[in-house]
Amino acid sequence: MDNITQKLMQKSESTKKDSLGKMISLAALILIVIVVVSIFAFVMSRGLSTFITGGVHVKDFLFGSTWNPSVVNPQTKQPYIGALPMIIGSFLVTFLAAIIATPFAIGTSLFMTEIAQKRGAKIMQPVIELLVGIPSVVYGFIGLTVVVPSIRHIFGGSGFGILSGTIVLFVMILPTITSMTVDTLKSVPRHYRESALAIGATRWQMIYKVVLRAATPGILTAIVFGMARAFGEALAVQMVIGNAALMPHNLISPASTLTSVLTMGIGNTVMGSLQNDVLWTLAMILLLMSLVFNLIVRAIGRKGEMK
Amino acid sequence: MNKTIVGVIGGVVVIAAGVAIYTNANSGKSTAKNEASKASSTNLSGKVLSLGSTALQPLAEQVGTSFQEKNPGVTITVQGGGSGAGLSQVASGSAQIGNSDVFAEEKEGVDASKLKDHQVAVVGIAPVVNSDVQVANISKEQLRDIFTGKITNWKSVGGKDEKIVVINRATGSGTRAVFEKNVLDGQNAVQSTEQDSNGTVQKIVSTTPGSISYLAFAYLDASGIKALNIDKVTPDKKNVEDNSWPIWAYEHMYTKGEPTGATKAFLAYFTTKDVQKTIVPKLGYIGLTDMKVTRDATGKVANK
Repeated sequence: MDNITQKLMQKSESTKKDSLGKMISLAALILIVIVVVSIFAFVMSRGLSTFITGGVHVKDFLFGSTWNPSVVNPQTKQPYIGALPMIIGSFLVTFLAAIIATPFAIGTSLFMTEIAQKRGAKIMQPVIELLVGIPSVVYGFIGLTVVVPSIRHIFGGSGFGILSGTIVLFVMILPTITSMTVDTLKSVPRHYRESALAIGATRWQMIYKVVLRAATPGILTAIVFGMARAFGEALAVQMVIGNAALMPHNLISPASTLTSVLTMGIGNTVMGSLQNDVLWTLAMILLLMSLVFNLIVRAIGRKGEMK
Repeated sequence: MNKTIVGVIGGVVVIAAGVAIYTNANSGKSTAKNEASKASSTNLSGKVLSLGSTALQPLAEQVGTSFQEKNPGVTITVQGGGSGAGLSQVASGSAQIGNSDVFAEEKEGVDASKLKDHQVAVVGIAPVVNSDVQVANISKEQLRDIFTGKITNWKSVGGKDEKIVVINRATGSGTRAVFEKNVLDGQNAVQSTEQDSNGTVQKIVSTTPGSISYLAFAYLDASGIKALNIDKVTPDKKNVEDNSWPIWAYEHMYTKGEPTGATKAFLAYFTTKDVQKTIVPKLGYIGLTDMKVTRDATGKVANK
């Protein structure tokens, strides 16, 4: 009798393992949270010091159109640090790339899930996975040696600009959007399709009126993820966009993005100087934007839940 | 059972990572200590981290390799990162040597009084154009007007009717600072395409018709580009040596205070006649021993 009581009171082997597992997962979680929080804190403290210790007005930074941090404006006694050209450049390439990539991505994923499932899985799946794995410097190099000269031949100018950036980004985000759209389309319940077909819909009517409607929130999420990738891409864009901190007047004149200015400038400035701080402020904007993209994805997920 | 295995493996990974980070941080500290103690001994050994300017990087790597062959106990690590990074890393003490294309006095945010300058070579810089441009000589005023955006067509400087495409280096780049200091006379450059290295500029000028930029002498020998003469002076080694070609700069290696041990020996080795007469010219730089003039941080030139 005593023996049984003792056994019941003691922690069993499995209970110990259970608590060990719990502790390990908790430790991993805490580590990641610390990393994320410290990255945020670091970028924020650096980025905000432009405004706090540098004395720059937020308005001048966000809406000024002249970027030349090493030159001081004689009127305001502040360097020229208007970030608007880069902010506009970043948003333009991101939206244009997403607009071009979306129809291709939806078309490809419909082909893979609804029209030719077997061939789709056999050929398209590996192709898309391959595209995801290509390093961005390779995309950039192809852009520099193929896309830029072609644009120059067709439209004139130097070939560097928003258009070249858009084309390179389009290829880069296509696999991201496609693979996520495929997952969404696959998760549309089978009985939706069966019901549509049963009441006499053609395959196209089924796809258009039922499958795509049901998958809309998922597809939107896929597009936002693709945009987040385009917004943060640095190397490939930097190689083809021309890196001129000018307001983009058309799609084929040199422009710049937040990331391209960051990678170009960070090695040439000294930590702690205003020239360096403004680059951290650009990094802060990038970080905040990725936060916004995340919130959009969550909002879409919540609103669009299938009932 | 499976779950426990996964749990155990996961745990081991997490713990191993933690231990690795911890020991790494520790070993970093201990090597720094070792280095300090070793550096003071006469038997030369230790680690030297030299980082910064990408223009100086190939030369520093070559000289570093040759120095290590003679002193097997010393490890010289050369990294890029840009002149700004070089100066701030050496000032903060995380690198022994900070490489820079410009004087520390010229760089904002650096306390130059704490750094000791070691000039190791001279680099000449020349304006380059795409080979379709039918201009071979240009005046300094015309060159300035092109880079400040006043002249926008090659027709105005004796070429054919073709738009000028200005390609700059990134703001804060050492090469750009040297070029602007000697050509623009304090005026601001026109906002234009910017590229982040000599190599990219070379590639883009050679493929973009009507383009103009500037390159270190070591990069001039490439198809599709040609260097311009300024006021009938050819950009070559001889003209830099007596300052008749004005666009040149010292390559600096900065140390925090007086260098010691391996760092000191490495810097001394860099300025030996042997290195200055062989490796330096071979890589397209100009040896200090060949220079007939000197120049200080304010730009004042004096005969040697």
